[in-house]
Amino acid sequence: MSAGRWSAGVIPYAEMGYWRPDYQPKDSDILAAFRITPQEGVPPEEAGAAVAGESSTATWTVVWTDRLTSYENYQGKCYRVEPVPGQENQFIAYIAYDLDLFEEGSIANLTSSIIGNVFGFKALKALRLEDMRIPAHYVKTFQGPAHGIVMEREYLGKFGRPLLGATVKPKLGLSARNYGRVVYEALRGGLDFTKDDENINSQPFMRWRDRFLYCMEGVNRAQAATGEVKGHYLNVTAGTMEDMYERADFAKELGSVIVMIDLTIGYTAIQSMAKWARANGVLLHLHRAGHSTYTRQKSHGVNFRVIAKWMRLAGVDHIHAGTVVGKLEGDPNSVRGYYDTLRLDRVEADPVKGLYFDQEWASMPGTMPVASGGIHAGQMHQLLHYLGEDSILQFGGGTIGHPMGIAAGATANRVALEAMIKARNEGRDYLAEGPDILRAAAKNSRELDVALSTWGDITFTYESTDTPDVVETPVSV
Amino acid sequence: MRITQGTFSYLPDLTDEEITAQAGYALGQGWPCSVEFTDDPHPRNSYWEMWGLPMFDLTDPAGVLYEINECRKAYPGHYIRLNAYDASYGRQTTALQFIVQRPAEEPGFRLDREETSDRRVRYTLHPYALDRPEGDRYGAGR
Repeated sequence: MSAGRWSAGVIPYAEMGYWRPDYQPKDSDILAAFRITPQEGVPPEEAGAAVAGESSTATWTVVWTDRLTSYENYQGKCYRVEPVPGQENQFIAYIAYDLDLFEEGSIANLTSSIIGNVFGFKALKALRLEDMRIPAHYVKTFQGPAHGIVMEREYLGKFGRPLLGATVKPKLGLSARNYGRVVYEALRGGLDFTKDDENINSQPFMRWRDRFLYCMEGVNRAQAATGEVKGHYLNVTAGTMEDMYERADFAKELGSVIVMIDLTIGYTAIQSMAKWARANGVLLHLHRAGHSTYTRQKSHGVNFRVIAKWMRLAGVDHIHAGTVVGKLEGDPNSVRGYYDTLRLDRVEADPVKGLYFDQEWASMPGTMPVASGGIHAGQMHQLLHYLGEDSILQFGGGTIGHPMGIAAGATANRVALEAMIKARNEGRDYLAEGPDILRAAAKNSRELDVALSTWGDITFTYESTDTPDVVETPVSV
Repeated sequence: MRITQGTFSYLPDLTDEEITAQAGYALGQGWPCSVEFTDDPHPRNSYWEMWGLPMFDLTDPAGVLYEINECRKAYPGHYIRLNAYDASYGRQTTALQFIVQRPAEEPGFRLDREETSDRRVRYTLHPYALDRPEGDRYGAGR
């Protein structure tokens, strides 16, 4: 590197060693793919180098103290910049970071580095973290899911089908006693889980302790009525860790198989709760409250696939990851990418699914993806097709809004699910024949019959704002 | 009551033909099948009695139905379930499990409540059938 590199003042990042087109990433490097939109006049390589610099060692001017370090090791290295097809002035910048930059087992440290400062950087109009490759060396420093998909299934004794859930509605205002009624009815009707909503914590109309007591009455009654293990996600989200531990300990003492937290509690709190959940044998459900503030817009923020990756490392057993067909954002290919990221042991890069890197999970257990928001029994064939068997399908309105009552709504969903699994296993083209399969099953189930006539043709067809850049090309025969 | 453990308990009981089709699916996935029976259907009773070893080398679903029928003859009043096991790396657990015989009468469960302090209740699930000795819980049969 030239002596000019060390002249006091401001020189381009690319010339300070942060643009390294010749660099071959090491197997142990953390890799990041950023979508960058540079300001006018800023070349993409310089913008990429600036992101690499600001997310690693650089500051805005030359500092002589760099020379006290083996700085080349600590510099983030932008090694490739590619234009985004069909987008003016958008580029994907690939950056490699040496593993030595990060503390072991800390999402907080990882994110403080990678997304800490750089998103407000003036030389960029917008910046989005699209994907990361976490090397197995770093994966192995995290606890990972408290139990994981396989242990959860064995713990619940439920195999061969997605699990079913429902969020208690209305989300606000029910007294603890009324709330527990919804839990009991939905579980005895055939759901595996019911759920607190993200904003049900401990409000004046229903304090947490009262809710926990009534919900567990409902859960235990439903277990006696069905002979199955049932659960209610008791949301332990609170203002302090001390409060969360108190609530989680109480849930455990009452015999709940699962507790729940919100993404809003922060990465460190999530890791602490994952540790608690493993130590206490309680499943951990994560509601991704607030994620759309930074995941939804395509040009700026953090893609959900990155959040999914971080949360599997952080150690949650469940995470909401999109429905494709429901009321909330979710392009089918992107959602498939999130589900792969959460469930598979080895995920291959696939631009159609928006996956930029191969990801090796080094036998870390999978996190169960949860589909929730505007889904109903009439979509069962699509849900099974898009989301697969290791998933939790949550029908809130689609259970509680059933004209014959909550238990009937739950039964309708369970009948629809079992009929679809049976048909799939029998080798039928269940996606195409889905509506027929459901109608046939409804002949033995008035609950499903009524559900289909209430919601059968409800769809939410809006264009997704967040889609992969690469579209699958139809293959001509 | 009807115990709703297993993958297909909310559907009408599967016919032998339907059971064979499910076994065929499992074998096609490379999942060996096994048959288990019990007269203690508590949801935490993980270990139903094994009707022989898992049929690792069996490839014909008719053979699975044959073993189910043999088990049915021996235990006409018990719960019997079919398991399919996925031994692949990263799974190594049951992949499919459903009930293929249930007793004519299913008495279900009593929920015992022990009231403790501060409104807390300790719950215990008690299968009514367990009030009778093992083998004598569901009328005729062993």
